[in-house]
Amino acid sequence: AEVEETLKRIQAHKGVIATIVMNAEGIPIRTTLDNSSTVQYAGLLHQLTMRARSTVRDIDPHNDLTFLRIRSKKHEIMIAPDKDYLLIVIQNPCE
Amino acid sequence: MPGKAGDRHRQGQSGPSGGKAVPPRPAKAVSKKRDEDVSTEAGEGVDEWILSKTLVKPPDQLELTEAELKEEFTRILTANNPHAPQNIVRYSFKERAYKPINYVDQMAIHFSLNGNMIPKDSDEGRRQSSRLSIAAEKAPVETSAVTSEEAEIKDEENTGDIQATEKEEAEELGTAEVAEAAEAEEPPPPRVKEQKLANQFNFIERASRTLNNPMQERACQSEPTPCKNFSATANQWKIYDAYVEELQKMERSKEKEKSRVQVAKSEEVKKNGRKSTSLESQSDDITKISKAAKIMERMVNQNTFDDITQDFKYFEDASDEYRDQQGTLLPLWKFQCDKTKRLAVTAICWNPKYKDLFAAGCGSYDFTKQGQGMLLLYTMKNPSFPEYVFSSESGIMCLDFHSDHPYLLAVGFYDGNVAIYSLKKATSQPSYKSSAKSGKHTEPVWQVKWQKDDVDNNLNFFSVSSDGRIVSWTLVKNELVHTDVIKLSVEGTTMQGPEELQLQTFGSGTSFDFHKKIDYLFLVGTEEGKIYKCSKCYSSQFLDVFEAHHMAVDSVSWNPYHLKVFISCSSDWTVKIWDHTIKTPMFVYDLNSAVGDVAWSPYSSTVFAAVTIDGKAHVFDLSINKYEALCTQLVVAKKKNKTTHIQFNPVYPIVIVGDERGHVISLKLSPNLRRIPKEKKGQEVKKGPEVEIAKLEKLLNLVREPESKAGK
Repeated sequence: AEVEETLKRIQAHKGVIATIVMNAEGIPIRTTLDNSSTVQYAGLLHQLTMRARSTVRDIDPHNDLTFLRIRSKKHEIMIAPDKDYLLIVIQNPCE
Repeated sequence: MPGKAGDRHRQGQSGPSGGKAVPPRPAKAVSKKRDEDVSTEAGEGVDEWILSKTLVKPPDQLELTEAELKEEFTRILTANNPHAPQNIVRYSFKERAYKPINYVDQMAIHFSLNGNMIPKDSDEGRRQSSRLSIAAEKAPVETSAVTSEEAEIKDEENTGDIQATEKEEAEELGTAEVAEAAEAEEPPPPRVKEQKLANQFNFIERASRTLNNPMQERACQSEPTPCKNFSATANQWKIYDAYVEELQKMERSKEKEKSRVQVAKSEEVKKNGRKSTSLESQSDDITKISKAAKIMERMVNQNTFDDITQDFKYFEDASDEYRDQQGTLLPLWKFQCDKTKRLAVTAICWNPKYKDLFAAGCGSYDFTKQGQGMLLLYTMKNPSFPEYVFSSESGIMCLDFHSDHPYLLAVGFYDGNVAIYSLKKATSQPSYKSSAKSGKHTEPVWQVKWQKDDVDNNLNFFSVSSDGRIVSWTLVKNELVHTDVIKLSVEGTTMQGPEELQLQTFGSGTSFDFHKKIDYLFLVGTEEGKIYKCSKCYSSQFLDVFEAHHMAVDSVSWNPYHLKVFISCSSDWTVKIWDHTIKTPMFVYDLNSAVGDVAWSPYSSTVFAAVTIDGKAHVFDLSINKYEALCTQLVVAKKKNKTTHIQFNPVYPIVIVGDERGHVISLKLSPNLRRIPKEKKGQEVKKGPEVEIAKLEKLLNLVREPESKAGK
């Protein structure tokens, strides 16, 4: 569908290393990375997202986490969380 | 036997003649005893006469001389104990020396016997006697004998313990006799039952054991209840969520109660709703990600075009200070789509609500190459892919967003049709489209513009086309109804046709613009180069005509601030600024190339931009430089591409330029182009439309006066 196309475009975009889609429990549904790395990323980022969301909502329950962007020396991890899923994109922003 | 006795006697005689009892001669001491024994035996007078005179000499007898034999040895009988030590030495701690002890105990105990006799008068004795007297009641004779014997014994006991051996021996003999007598008499009494005394020495323990039942363990184990570990953190937001859910449930239940009134319809709706929800749940979970995926794409793009994004937001060309009054256009993103490669951008329009969204209509200006058209909506946040794509059969020539309904787009086609696209609907087909029946134009529609809703609150828009008609389209009950507003008749071109009919030739309208404040007033530019000032109320006559250009008027536009000023551009290489009350233009600019489009800036009444066919963009600011452009910049590759349209972003200092390759290029205006004129010192810096108006008015006055003078 449209979403598939969008995901394909994201993956084909310049600098994008991997795309991972996880469900609410942290189990990867769809990934473009190899299995072991996916599992590792999934586990770690799931926890981090839960923590981040908890932090935001603790401060103000009306609020909610919309995005999480982690920029490291080598690349940038972008996480789009939702109630039912988690979308992760790892990109190498060309600098 | 007698022999021995004689020996003893003789030795006994020689014995006492000796001196002290010397230990080396124990035989003599022993002989003393024997003498005594002998004497006792002699007391019985039995052995005295057995004494024999025969001398028997033992072989080892000591040979003594007569003198030695007659020697008298004195023997003293003392009460000293021969066995007692004579010189005991004890260590005295006081004097730290061994000291001999003078007195030595000389008592020698030959025999001791611990008796178990009790005194008759003591308690125990009385108890015993009472016991015995009970027994004696049945056998009185024996008991009296016994008691008498006991009494004798006791009497003798009472005399004292330290007695000579003789007496004890006598007692022993006596007691032995008595005992014999007593024993003979004892057997009879035990016949009587005696009370057994419970004394501490006569303790009997008796124990018995009960039968212990053998223990047997029996256990039963039930199946463990299934356990599951559950852990959660009670955060503030979890509590909040729970409350919100409760609230929603309550609301829903209330709604259900209300909706029970309308039974049939609501049921249908619910069924549909249920179906849709079930479909959604069945379908791939991926669809839920659509929103996040979209935003993610934008984020990815932002990363890739990071520097451009930064420029867009923050970059202000510092070199503008040195450039006098010149400005530059900084190229930002370039929007392109594969499908539009062969099409030219024929119209661009910003969305009134979402300041980053714009629509680009693609078609072809070439008469011979007419094909499909495309409508793309881009957002500055995602330069790599359009948000919406619509395709159409014929090329799009113009488009306009509705100011109140930003999801509605009015589009004019090359084939004369108009359509309304709704962005809310997912289809790529227009929501409403005109057709030949409903009065479409016979020529390409060059411009469409939304109007305010009419009396019945129907949406309506105007369109202008080369067929000389200005048509008002109204959306009445899902259908486009057209009304001819005006027909552009060319003056003085009524021809005499056959049969004396008067044929009107119509001018071809190429652009129009409505006045911002005066509702009914609008301008129309034609292919002949004239600009008509028209009113909606008058359908046959124009209010005014301006002889504007020599060639087709490509664009007319009212000034957003000043009520009287408008601008026009044409393929005759000129851009002209007019005051609609004056027939001649205020300012004329020659740009050396056919001008495709001109647009006023939304932030200043004196700034406008124009694009020419040679790929250049020109930006003017009348308040700074009345005669020259502040910036003339090549935007697209010169020979291969032509720029077709230009639009200012209402909010950001951005212009977008469309070209013939289907690309839209965004450019940032440098500070020089956006300058607000400095007020003189002391005066307040005024802001607002009045300022702009005044600014332009000032300029116009400068220009106008000589004009008016010239006119006079």
